[in-house]
Amino acid sequence: MRLLINKIFLSLSVLSAVIGLAFLAWILITLFIKGLGSFHFSLFLNDLIDGGLRNLIIGQFILAAIASAIGIPLGMAAGIYIQEYGQGKYANIIRDLSDIMMSAPSIVIGAFVYAVIVVPTGGTSGFAGAIALAIMMIPVVINTTDNMLSLVPRELREAGIALGASKYKVIIDIVIKAAKVGIMTGILLAFARIIGETAPLLFTSETSNYFSLDLTESFPSLTVSIYDLANEPEESSRDLAWAASFILTLLVLIINLSGRFITRNKK
Amino acid sequence: MEKIFQKLSLASASLVFVLLVGIFITLYTAAKPAIDEYGFDFITNSDWNKEVSLESAPADTLMESDSDEIVDEDDMDIMDEDDMMLDEDEMMLDDEDDSLSKTIFGGLVPIVGTLLTTLIALTFALPIAMGIAVFLAEIAPKNISNVVGIAIELLAAIPSIIFGMWGLYYFAPIVADLVGGYQVSLLTAGLVLGVMILPFMAAITRDSMNTTPAVLKESAYALGATKFEVIKDIIFPYSKVGIIGSIILALGRALGETMAVAFLIGSIFVLPQKITDPTISIPVAMANNFGEASGLGESALFYLALILFIISFAIISIAKFYFLKKAK
Repeated sequence: MRLLINKIFLSLSVLSAVIGLAFLAWILITLFIKGLGSFHFSLFLNDLIDGGLRNLIIGQFILAAIASAIGIPLGMAAGIYIQEYGQGKYANIIRDLSDIMMSAPSIVIGAFVYAVIVVPTGGTSGFAGAIALAIMMIPVVINTTDNMLSLVPRELREAGIALGASKYKVIIDIVIKAAKVGIMTGILLAFARIIGETAPLLFTSETSNYFSLDLTESFPSLTVSIYDLANEPEESSRDLAWAASFILTLLVLIINLSGRFITRNKK
Repeated sequence: MEKIFQKLSLASASLVFVLLVGIFITLYTAAKPAIDEYGFDFITNSDWNKEVSLESAPADTLMESDSDEIVDEDDMDIMDEDDMMLDEDEMMLDDEDDSLSKTIFGGLVPIVGTLLTTLIALTFALPIAMGIAVFLAEIAPKNISNVVGIAIELLAAIPSIIFGMWGLYYFAPIVADLVGGYQVSLLTAGLVLGVMILPFMAAITRDSMNTTPAVLKESAYALGATKFEVIKDIIFPYSKVGIIGSIILALGRALGETMAVAFLIGSIFVLPQKITDPTISIPVAMANNFGEASGLGESALFYLALILFIISFAIISIAKFYFLKKAK
């Protein structure tokens, strides 16, 4: 009887793993079939207004890149503070708050940026969208930096200081270098996460049918456009949304996997 | 130089604090008109943006028809003020459907919708996530566990909007065939949300299970325990706190999810009678109505955002500080 229960339990556990994998496969296969079906290389050459995706893909990249340019230095600096400088309560409080912020609903961050940037500046802009993404990114980068720096052995720091290097020199030249791979991986994963975000962009950058590099106007966003296109009645719009989803997912998974690959190689 | 570097890093760290407080204050300020207007009744009022066409009907007939509809509403003073709001808003309104009229805004429907979808998602995801975690931590050989683990984490990396589209066009029709009812409903939204939080929950649960000392497990096996007994009597009690923490964390994530739910919940402000009825959740209410809202309507959306922020803040704090800290 005990053995029977054991068998049943183990089978159920294997079954749930199969279910999990089945969902992954189902989603990927759907994307592959629907996405590839409407995929065409001209999608990369035309803007949305002409039935292509060029402006959206470039726009999404620019938004994520600006968000990274803001979020990575701030997040890393904060992570360095928590791990290297901060002593006692304050650093711990910041660490906890950052963890909470990491799980804050993304749409609420969108609403926040809407209230503090979009309303005062009089309209949606690429800049507001990038800020919203940066706010999403900062806690993730803090978390990675914090974790990775904590893995660097204390002896390395002590050796640096014994050689007479000042603390910031030790941090930049020794500690960060030692934790480089881990931090890079974390940053890649954070980038993969924000490039697929939709909710914080809905009312900050919105989206645009035209090619644009002007950050003070509504900015083309792949994810927001997928949402718009998928809700349109015409079959052709939905096909375009599938093609866009396919490209987006491929991109996110490639970035994600390469992040993991870097770490694995290092180990 | 040393000083500057230290100050800069301190400033960046403090930014987190400033941002969180800033979000809270901003949401509160923006929600203030709605909070003043409705107070806590907001949470129990199920009327949202009564559908009265403002473009065609002149204001007088509007008020009449409006009063007829809300006769059963006991709060008459709210109504008067709202009718005045109507006049204001009439000028600003230009576009379609549900944003045409601003009468009473109550948050009950999206709040209930959010809680119910999250509940369905948890009910669905919990057993499967536990099964996957057990499989990864205890059953599968190392290399299979690694591969499956990566696959599960990839599932977590897929953007939520993809879950939404897939859910709407492929998953929901099957569910609707099986149980009947609408394709867009509480049930389908909850299930897709469940699929979304599944990998997240499984990954953290596996991590807490892996903290069980090997010595404990080995001793139990040596006493002749089966795998099931080891998991039930050794691993589970040992990692219980961490597992509960991971469940609550997944709950926090499910509460705030927007895009996957937006495709599937139906986006109508009606209290669901059955599990297969369409309704709306807080994030979806914001996503779909924010652009067109103005005045009190926008403020009411901020009120909802504030409620969502406070709920998720509280839930995540409980998970982090009570359960996950203890687990460490």
